[in-house]
Amino acid sequence: MSDSNENKIRPYTMNFGPQHPAAHGVLRLVLEMDGEIVERADPHIGLLHRGTEKLIEYKTYMQAVPYFDRLDYVAPMNQEHAFALAVEKLLKIKAPPRAQHIRVLFAEMTRVINHILNITTYALDVGALTPALWGFEEREIGMEFYERVCGARLHANYVRPGGVAQDMPAGLAEDMYAWADSVQKFIDDMEGLLTNNRIFKQRTVDIGIVTKKEALDWGFSGPMLRASGVPWDLRKSQPYDVYADMNFDIPTGTTGDCYARYLVRVEEMRQSCKIMKQAIEKMPRGPVSSDDGKVTPPSRAEMKNSMEALIHHFKLYTEGYHVPAGETYTAVEAPKGEFGVYLVADGSNKPYRCHIRAPGFAHLQGMDFMSKGHMLADAVAIIGSMDIVFGEIDR
Amino acid sequence: MSVENLDALGDYIEITMQPAILKKEIAHGELMFTIKRESLKRFISFLLNDANCEFKQLSDICGADYPDRDERFDVVYNLLSLKHNFRIRVKLHTSENTPVDSITSLYSAANWFEREVWDMYGIFFNDHPDLRRILTDYGFEGHPLRKDFPLTGFVELRYDETQKRVVYEPVKLQQDFRNFDFVSPWEGMTTMQLPGDEKARKPKIGADLPALDEKEKKIG
Repeated sequence: MSDSNENKIRPYTMNFGPQHPAAHGVLRLVLEMDGEIVERADPHIGLLHRGTEKLIEYKTYMQAVPYFDRLDYVAPMNQEHAFALAVEKLLKIKAPPRAQHIRVLFAEMTRVINHILNITTYALDVGALTPALWGFEEREIGMEFYERVCGARLHANYVRPGGVAQDMPAGLAEDMYAWADSVQKFIDDMEGLLTNNRIFKQRTVDIGIVTKKEALDWGFSGPMLRASGVPWDLRKSQPYDVYADMNFDIPTGTTGDCYARYLVRVEEMRQSCKIMKQAIEKMPRGPVSSDDGKVTPPSRAEMKNSMEALIHHFKLYTEGYHVPAGETYTAVEAPKGEFGVYLVADGSNKPYRCHIRAPGFAHLQGMDFMSKGHMLADAVAIIGSMDIVFGEIDR
Repeated sequence: MSVENLDALGDYIEITMQPAILKKEIAHGELMFTIKRESLKRFISFLLNDANCEFKQLSDICGADYPDRDERFDVVYNLLSLKHNFRIRVKLHTSENTPVDSITSLYSAANWFEREVWDMYGIFFNDHPDLRRILTDYGFEGHPLRKDFPLTGFVELRYDETQKRVVYEPVKLQQDFRNFDFVSPWEGMTTMQLPGDEKARKPKIGADLPALDEKEKKIG
């Protein structure tokens, strides 16, 4: 083929997804390609839009909690946590210490199982099958902890404004403590497969580089920000619940490429295990939800003996509690980054406005500049490294 | 000069940017400014570049709808300063026909956030490079998060076996939309006193009798 023939190839547009396994859900990516090179990437999102924010406006505060499980369905409890903290801020109540420890324990456990899913499927995207097979086994154990504490594997509805739904069953803390140790073995094994793997490194090193400045400009948070060398973690800088008492480190990357994001996540898993253990060690005895009878429902036993408890129960599950007028933006460090809830209360029993700031939304926006000039196959690696879940992006 | 806490920061911004500010508020440990719409870009770029602020990160932009107001919409900007570890919220009012300046030139992240506000509320942004809908369906009409947009929407879609494609139809509800309003009738009745209510305030025997006010005496 002569040169003149090659020059005739025009940039063409290609649809990537929405039904593509490497799109991690329903991402439709319109790619303008020059041969194998991506010139422009235009993500079309909203295919999983369910109008969560609108629905929440029509539900009481208690009924709104389960919607947060369904946002980022890979890490449900972290998002409930954000909503619970926002409502507590407006109600001016605090969860009792035991509940705070349980929340931190489960938030960190969720971070581990979220990163397990992300890293292993990411490896799957770039050609390694085994980590995903191993990882799901560990993730399933994490799900079982969910099931034991609240009865559901995924949609927990466990972290409630004022505390948690119920106390942990006997033996769960010990099992989770043991798991926090044993999962390290899995992390080591997974690292053995990936960290120095030549193919994995060829696919990820120097791909999708994000500088510090770009990461801030594009509103990146979580591992995406830290991999670019910004030591920023809300658990450290603006600690909520009992994170201030926990001893852990914030890993940061230096290169800001896909490989750095992988390494940051791996180290975060180890740190999370450390926090899990501390949370269990430091967990005091006591109530698991606020003693404010106007916010947290009474126990079953109490209802059998107390008329007042019965009335409270009835009123809380029909009318729900009223939240004083006010507004707040409360954010937590979810596994994917800063998950924020902007909540406007008007004094009634339903939120007036509940905006959800999903980390993945900001990350996916950077797809265009990150994939520019890369090969098509690298675009897949970049999507994988962003850890996107469409439940939260589309809301 | 450096600012140590949120109050000092609030005062500093208030003094420096006085003409742009309508209201300053600190509630729940969060600093909030309501500003004039026209001075948005100047205000935000001050927050971005001033050495005492350095709000280098735009966390979020969202809208809110208050249909009773003249300018019914709020646009809310949540900014984060990593250097000083502060958050700030900037708010402005606008209406359906009044555009707001886009801040995409200051923060690249504003692009999608503003698209979302446009999609959800129909607030128009001046100088936005690519103001398309983002979350709703292709060809969607209306702005779903407005308070006058019904929860059920206007169209529904299904796959039509005969036409072999997805068809859009007006929403048909099998029953009326049920809005369960359980707000207690009891607690609303604070102005009225029913016979027997006075017993709730009956003092225990032996305790000092509190003086009844005039209104209660009449009822009693």
